Amino acid sequence: MTETPLTGRARADRAPHTLSEWQAAGGYEAVARALKLPPSEVLDRVDQANLNGRGGAGFPAAKKWKFMPEPGKSPGDGPSYLVVNGDEMEPGAFKDRFLLEALPHQLVEGAIITAYATHASVAYVLIRDEYRTAIANVKRAILEAEAAGLLGRDILGSGFSLTMKVKPSAGRYIVGEETALIESLEGKRAVPRKRPPFPAQSGLFGRPTTVNNVETISLVPHILEHGPQWFRALSRTEEGGTKLYAVSGRVHKPGLIEAPMGTTARELIERSGGVSGNGVLRCFQPGGGASGFLEAAELDIPLDFGNCAKAGSMFGTGTMIVLDQTACPIGVLARHQRFYARESCGWCTPCRDGLPWVARILDALEEGTARPGDLEILRMTAREAGPRGRTFCDLMGGAMSPLATALARFGDLFEAHLDGGCPIRRGIL
Amino acid sequence: MSDTPKLRIDGREVTFRPGVDLLTACIEAGVMVPHFCWHGALGSVGACRLCAVTVTENGRDRIEMSCMTPATDGMEIKLRDPESEDFRARVIEWLMVNHPHDCAVCEAGGACHLQDMTVATGHHARRARFPKRTHRNQDLGPLLTHEMNRCIACYRCTRFYRGYAGGRDLDVFGAHDNVYFGRAEDGVLESPFAGNLAEVCPTGVFNDKGWSKGYARPWDMMHSPSVCNGCSVGCNLTISERHGRIRRVENRYHGAINGFFLCDRGRFGPLWVESDARLATPLIRGAEVTPNAALAAAREVIAQGAIGIASPRASLEANYALRRLVGAERFFAGVPDAEAAQDAAIVAALASHPIASLKDIETADAALVLGEDLTGHAPRAALALRQTTRAAERALAAEKGVPHWLDNAVRVAGEGRRAAVTLVTPLADALDGVAARALRRDADAVAAFGRAVAAALRGEAAQDDARAVAAELAAAEAPVVIAGAGLGVAGTVEAAAEVVAALPKARLALFPAEANSLGLALMGVAGGLEAAAQARGARPVIALETDLEGTPLAAAQVVALEALATATTAGAQVALPVASFAEAAGTFVNHEGRAQRAFAARPDGPPAAWRVLSALGGLWDADARVDDVLARLAEDLPVLAGAAEAAPGSGTKPCAARAPRRYSGRTADDLAGRVPEGMPPVDPDGGLSWSMEGAQGAAVDPARSSGPAEDGLHSPSAACLAQAYVGGPLKGGDPGVRVIRPGMELARTPDAPAHPAEGLRVIPLHDPFAAHPSDRAGAPLAERAGRPVMRLHPEDAAALGLSEGALATVAGARLPVVCDAGLPRGHVGLPAALSRRVPARIDAAHITPEDVQ
Amino acid sequence: MTPQTSHLPEPLRDAILGAMDSFGGARPAMLESLRLIQHEEGWVSDDRLAQAAALLGVSAAELENLATFYSMIFRRPVGDTVILLCDGASCWLNGGDAVRDRLMERLGIGFGQTTADGKYTLINCACLGGCDKAPAAALGRDRRLVGPLDAAGVDALLEGRE
Ligand SMILES: Cc1cc2nc3c(=O)[nH]c(=O)nc-3n(C[C@H](O)[C@H](O)[C@H](O)COP(=O)(O)O)c2cc1C
Ligand code: SF4
Ligand code: FES
Repeated sequence: MTETPLTGRARADRAPHTLSEWQAAGGYEAVARALKLPPSEVLDRVDQANLNGRGGAGFPAAKKWKFMPEPGKSPGDGPSYLVVNGDEMEPGAFKDRFLLEALPHQLVEGAIITAYATHASVAYVLIRDEYRTAIANVKRAILEAEAAGLLGRDILGSGFSLTMKVKPSAGRYIVGEETALIESLEGKRAVPRKRPPFPAQSGLFGRPTTVNNVETISLVPHILEHGPQWFRALSRTEEGGTKLYAVSGRVHKPGLIEAPMGTTARELIERSGGVSGNGVLRCFQPGGGASGFLEAAELDIPLDFGNCAKAGSMFGTGTMIVLDQTACPIGVLARHQRFYARESCGWCTPCRDGLPWVARILDALEEGTARPGDLEILRMTAREAGPRGRTFCDLMGGAMSPLATALARFGDLFEAHLDGGCPIRRGIL
Repeated sequence: MSDTPKLRIDGREVTFRPGVDLLTACIEAGVMVPHFCWHGALGSVGACRLCAVTVTENGRDRIEMSCMTPATDGMEIKLRDPESEDFRARVIEWLMVNHPHDCAVCEAGGACHLQDMTVATGHHARRARFPKRTHRNQDLGPLLTHEMNRCIACYRCTRFYRGYAGGRDLDVFGAHDNVYFGRAEDGVLESPFAGNLAEVCPTGVFNDKGWSKGYARPWDMMHSPSVCNGCSVGCNLTISERHGRIRRVENRYHGAINGFFLCDRGRFGPLWVESDARLATPLIRGAEVTPNAALAAAREVIAQGAIGIASPRASLEANYALRRLVGAERFFAGVPDAEAAQDAAIVAALASHPIASLKDIETADAALVLGEDLTGHAPRAALALRQTTRAAERALAAEKGVPHWLDNAVRVAGEGRRAAVTLVTPLADALDGVAARALRRDADAVAAFGRAVAAALRGEAAQDDARAVAAELAAAEAPVVIAGAGLGVAGTVEAAAEVVAALPKARLALFPAEANSLGLALMGVAGGLEAAAQARGARPVIALETDLEGTPLAAAQVVALEALATATTAGAQVALPVASFAEAAGTFVNHEGRAQRAFAARPDGPPAAWRVLSALGGLWDADARVDDVLARLAEDLPVLAGAAEAAPGSGTKPCAARAPRRYSGRTADDLAGRVPEGMPPVDPDGGLSWSMEGAQGAAVDPARSSGPAEDGLHSPSAACLAQAYVGGPLKGGDPGVRVIRPGMELARTPDAPAHPAEGLRVIPLHDPFAAHPSDRAGAPLAERAGRPVMRLHPEDAAALGLSEGALATVAGARLPVVCDAGLPRGHVGLPAALSRRVPARIDAAHITPEDVQ
Repeated sequence: MTPQTSHLPEPLRDAILGAMDSFGGARPAMLESLRLIQHEEGWVSDDRLAQAAALLGVSAAELENLATFYSMIFRRPVGDTVILLCDGASCWLNGGDAVRDRLMERLGIGFGQTTADGKYTLINCACLGGCDKAPAAALGRDRRLVGPLDAAGVDALLEGRE
């Protein structure tokens, strides 16, 4: 079980544990341990564990936490906040859903420890609207923990107090972007904020705020329970811990796999029953819709943030989409771009007006109504709007990375689409 | 060796003000970085992405949005490099994906920021080939049009309307490429500052509705610098005319007064000049006569000596001519004695304390408002005070290291803190929602509260809330105290001055009733209307732009000089049409004692009132100019000597051109096939030509300029180019001259009449959209103005036998009754204009219910 | 369709006030208020929007701003059962188009539409986090995740035999 700390305790039917069941399995021991240490010590342990955020950007969790001011050290009034990001909507991502539904107490534990280390006294868990079971299960876990004195005032006599609340979202992928999420929690449109100021300086309601992904938070108790060295040792690379990988698309048994950080795509695909369709891999996206396409030659790359970036892709959510030879990457791209275009918040120009143009061209390519000049528009958009800083947030950049890699890797296939639509669907290729 | 920070733009070294963003730094260095969402008053939000520049750091180039990047010392940036040029061109291309190509028929054409930016980036061929998204437009009321298909989603409209002006009925809806800026449903935009959307919007979504029906290209119009006549603030206007008709009023930037924005009364009010409510021809007892006949008749009437009734809305020149004609002893103000006394008190107070301009209010960090309903009485000042309320938010944001220009971040980091702004008013106020403290006091208790604050500041005993306010004011770096004539009670002005006297860092802002109230007070009057009635004997009255209906002079024999047809002109012995404020050069002294010159906005209007008076009394030669009047005025009344310097003299060479360089009106006239090539009319008073001949753009001094004219930049968004720094004074100095100075010699103060001690206390009800009969005379404000009513506390109403909706007559006016529990007992709310005609208290018996059948 | 009354029903009112308490004021409770209304009535009518705005002390425009931004707030009436059909890539790769076609054919409606009998509303939805069950859909008020679907599965679902 210590090889799969994150999911090892989950039940096959995903039914959540009651508090007593969870405690019987060793739950909340990490909390008790953490609250006996000074917050800085908790932070140090997570730092030593090399825990990178699992929400997509892979930013070291402890490094982010260090920006949180100690009580009384920030101008203004009011609490500091912890926000747990459960907006999971990235195409191909379904890992947080599992953690929220099946292991809500693990999340509560993680939130308590993280809030303690970051001097937060209020924690919000934002969960996407469609995850109704997850919303209910986390709410129940919070109530149970509150009743048992594990949340609320003076937790376990430590002097530390934490209020924890679930706030369901109401649709919109951009809510997942951490600053947009904060806006959303404040009751506004989920339009991202400029950084700096970073959330730790001026976050929710202008107060110091940490935002972490559900998976990141869920890993924290295990670091406290088993120690940073153990956590790092779980990984096959420099980046600590296990990863809740997911494999979907053209594989026989799509699903979640908790495996050491740095597990290869080959192994993950094998564990997912192998490539389905015609059984021959065409390409894959290693980390959700916003990650660049990789091909068979890259099957043996240890999948983590650093290695995916080096390969010209992105580890993102670590949730892989697999295409066999009968699947068209341009078709996948068309679905992705339609999604990103629709989910743009509408704030900045390249994303708001550039993405729908791209999506329409991809549709035209599939349908066979595209024109040669259209490919130049695709190249132009990827070139001009892809790099960081061109748009307000990273949604557009995320959308452009599969487009750019597809244009680079499958140029001929794009050209072939100009002549009557998708050649794969038509059986020509 | 100074520590002025520098940066390089395309290799050229420039200095910049520390603490600004890169876009601002560039603009202040004279380099126009293309932009949409950035606005000089609204700050940076980074939405449009047009302001991209290339920043070179450690030998590497990267693209940054200049509006979102702090300018730092030693920075090196490029604008004319292929990378940033290409990106900016793509931003335009993206914006044009859905933009209709309707420039030919768009009212904004020729003065459109989107058009300018599109041309500037070189985008000219449409590559997007898919159907455009279309929106349904809304009916937003009489003032503004709505054409959402033109929207480029810069979010300026909501940022201005909501964030800057506090409106809540305009918002953005939808998401992705389907964002919509409008109301929840069709209907009138509620904010009295909505008209600014026509200029804030960088394309043609919101336009002045009346103008939109008969729009002209900017290069086909004459643009004249003017000064608003709507209240005592004196906002600077540009009035545009074509074919003898005034088409549109726009903001003319003034660093100390209106900045980038006007109120709707100022923007739409002047259009009454084009209405049929004008006094169009001379009248003798209501019958039309020739001008010469009318002049002869008028001379006859006044031959035995007349008294003069001056107007606080008329120019210094007109009032001074009247004063010369009748003599100082017979020169009275066309306002009640109490108001004349209060205006004199305002001058006296301003002469002994530091004066606050609107800019000073905007940048203050605490404020005390005694009795003023600013939104109704001096609307632009209310907009300034809304910015004051954000001072605490800005301060906290700064503590967190958030720069002031990063607007959305400031709003968040400020944690909703409100500056110490205290309102002390009898009625609920439009600013209550943003003030830290809204205190309700009976009309007569407002001044007492002010005096209590002053006492607390001096360390004397005072009630708790006065002490709390005093403590906040004392802790402030730059507090302002605001009072005025809006409440119509004596004592608030003195109380405000007392507070300022006890507060070393404070400034005083006092708002009299009218655009030239202080000019008239500085000139000195023998009294107001009651005093005039006493002094008149059997003499006739020369009424300058004053309707005497309902005043003690209603029965007099009158020679009326008017721009508007009134009851007085209808019944006058002689009525003589004169130029409105928009049709003649004239000087006005605003609330801060600043003399400002307005110029004629069309060449063929009626004669200036001073010319008519001069003709009546042989005061000046027939070819005299405004300069001659002002020279004489300066000699006669040295306190007003500064008025002559409010703008360069009429003989100044080169004159300033009213027509832009591209003017086509002289040769491409489409009216009736005429192609006039004759001499353009000559403006004797302006030092401005009625043609394109003369100085243009930056070559014109600010007082005569109607806005910057830069190559390729024709829209209101280019206003910042004329500013010494963004949001600061105009290059060459803000126009106008402060004539109220510390220690100046004051004109004789007319006696304040004693208040009646009994009766219902009158509270003026100010309507932001209608302060004057002229506002109701002209479209479109007439439609926007509220209906005049009488407000009573329900119990007072019941005691008078009145119920909601009943009609009652007071001082000759029939008004529907509104029962309003928000009104203190023992008070009666009356339309502000009417309230100025009645005593401060009126006997309940004088409110007579109208018999309904 | 929900019958409209001129007042918010008492329980909704209390729930909205509760949200204001819990989330720290009117503004942070705005979106939750819309959700609460929708949970009760399936969608948010103009009347309800106006009533909630009044209760929260915000303008109708401000509430509409949120209602139109967030895609899972429905401003038009929906059927008894809302079918959210995933239009993500993983579902497409596993035959999502066929499921879509079958649903549209059986129901006789397109995305964003409601059947004439008011039973079903079909909405295309961002990746539902059910890629392991692709093609997947979420059904009804509890957004029950179903999948993997195929044409026969659609038939079974609509006929109530899963
Ligand atoms: C467009 C966009 C969508 C995002 N969606 C999510 C999301 O659904 N869940 C999430 O945890 N992070 C999401 N992120 C990443 C967050 O901004 C943020 O980096 C993350 O929540 C931080 O958590 P971590 O440090 O634990 O990874 C998104 C980022 C972008 C740019
Ligand atoms: S890239 Fe721009 S428009 Fe797109 S989601 Fe981010 S901020 Fe919004
Ligand atoms: S002006 Fe800088 S992004 Fe719009």
